[in-house]
Amino acid sequence: MTTDTLSPRTPGKPRSTMPREVVRRRRYGGHVWHPSLGTGPLPRVLTLLALALMTVVWLVPFGWGVDTSFKTEVDASASGVDWIPKAGFTLDAYRTIFGQGNLPVWAVNSVVIAVCVTAITVAISAMAAYAFSRTLFRGRRVLFAVTVASIMVPPQILIVPLFRQMLAMNLVDTYAAVILPQVVAPAMVFILKKFFDGIPRELEEAARIDGAGSFRVFWSVVLPLSRPILAAVAIFVFINTWNNFLWPFISTSDPQLMTLPVGLSTVKDSTGLRNAQESAASILGSIPLLIVFMLFQRQIVKSVATTGLGGQ
Amino acid sequence: MASVSTPARRAAAGSRRAGFRRAAATDRLRSGGAGWLFATPFLVFFTLFLIVPIGIGLWMSFTNASLTGHGDSTLVGLDNYTEAFGDSQVWQTLGNTVWFTVLTTVPLVLVALAMALLVYTGMPGQWLWRLAFFASHLLPVAVVYQIWSMLFQPDRGMLNGLLKIFGIDGIGWLTDEKYAMWSIALVTLWWTVGFNFLLYLAALQAIPDHLYEAAALDGAGAWRRLWSVTLPQLRRTTGLIAVLQVMASLKVFDQIYLLTKGGPNGATRPILEYIYDTGFTNYRLGYASAVSYVFFGLIIILSIAQLKIFSRRED
Repeated sequence: MTTDTLSPRTPGKPRSTMPREVVRRRRYGGHVWHPSLGTGPLPRVLTLLALALMTVVWLVPFGWGVDTSFKTEVDASASGVDWIPKAGFTLDAYRTIFGQGNLPVWAVNSVVIAVCVTAITVAISAMAAYAFSRTLFRGRRVLFAVTVASIMVPPQILIVPLFRQMLAMNLVDTYAAVILPQVVAPAMVFILKKFFDGIPRELEEAARIDGAGSFRVFWSVVLPLSRPILAAVAIFVFINTWNNFLWPFISTSDPQLMTLPVGLSTVKDSTGLRNAQESAASILGSIPLLIVFMLFQRQIVKSVATTGLGGQ
Repeated sequence: MASVSTPARRAAAGSRRAGFRRAAATDRLRSGGAGWLFATPFLVFFTLFLIVPIGIGLWMSFTNASLTGHGDSTLVGLDNYTEAFGDSQVWQTLGNTVWFTVLTTVPLVLVALAMALLVYTGMPGQWLWRLAFFASHLLPVAVVYQIWSMLFQPDRGMLNGLLKIFGIDGIGWLTDEKYAMWSIALVTLWWTVGFNFLLYLAALQAIPDHLYEAAALDGAGAWRRLWSVTLPQLRRTTGLIAVLQVMASLKVFDQIYLLTKGGPNGATRPILEYIYDTGFTNYRLGYASAVSYVFFGLIIILSIAQLKIFSRRED
């Protein structure tokens, strides 16, 4: 790679200008020219080629699913790699799905469950994180240590006892059974506490001098300052809940209570291939989250950085 | 995430705590009551749905409990555990799980790194690249299963169709013991690499400018800067991603359960599926719990080992 803007150092030649890529990096903020690759034409073309190739590989499976959903059943299960079906494109699969399926019910269930879990999780995790970070109470250190330690428990091993609990509480096949166990997110409490720890104490002191109590401080000082992290936690929890498979799968057997991922997994008919219908159902099932991601892309990327997982 | 307690940090924490105590002493409002009030809702759920099930599971692992509730009171001592250690299925499914973890962790780190470095060049179309690499992460497992079972179909699937174009005979992607786990690993790479990619992207954006300025002033070329600035700066993130990835891969269940049901011939059956089958198909909850706890023990040992390696590297 000799396409670098920088010539090697020659003695007696003072260097006062910033290298071009550094200036660029500043100008673009987060959207920069990577200083560790050259800026000449060859690296740029190679980069673009590599990116394009990977993008194609990553998007082809999606594309195939979308393509299949617009085929007739005959074409959808024909062999080979024809992107253009012989019988032309059709909306049959979507019509059939809407005509007979439980899809709308599952979609409503998914939304209700994901929204409830997200709201409850963010609320109780933020309150607990505030207690651990900003108040004194007996045993808070031990309790926080237990909370952090519990992050290591693989949730799957709790499935069996949880199911028994739900049986005992008579909750199997209710919304409560799907929602309640999912609101415990010790990792989120940990992330939030770390963030609250960083909020300057002076702000809180000022509010207290004005006569604010603990609740007031939490509501008017801590929460408004934590919007980005709360958004990040909410997004994470929402995505995880929306796509959660095992627990909703076990705790519901009534098709009227299934979420999209669970319902879709029961659609697959072993007696015959119905590629077009299954693809159509799949696409309808994944559109909501894709739209959410497109709308909040920048925020999601930023939120990953602010959770302290990325960066420093 | 894994914070290491260095003496300096401990001292800082100590002085913070001292300040905290002083502040508390001057401030009656910050009494214990409010703290408890704030923590209670979470602690109630935490106890009910995490601590209690861990306890129940542990208790059940010493009994002959079944899904129907019979045999709960039949204490069998360590029988379940001795059976688990002697059960060839436990060892086989554990082996499959470890094999899956080995197959997925390295590509999921390296491909994510390559993607992040390429996107980070600031190539126009950022929005498209990010969407392309992360979108698959947003798909429910059932959708991933639908798309890939279609691509993998032996006589009609697109992958074998592509092979045919190059004159190669089709492969039984999910039906041949030789290839099944590789196919699952491929699906997993496609499905989950986006999250690691975002972590790397965030880490890249956090590298301070002055390092590159200094390197550039010292006449370091592009590859030299990549090798001596960027990659060393990403070391912590790589460690973190590797740890998270190993933990995630060990817990594999969903995509295998849907794509192969653990077949062909048990070649892809992970330990969590064995636990699931034992508990929910054969109704042997006591035994399933015991196997769960053997697995849990393994996870804890691995986590501690990883934390140790991880923290030693940071000093």
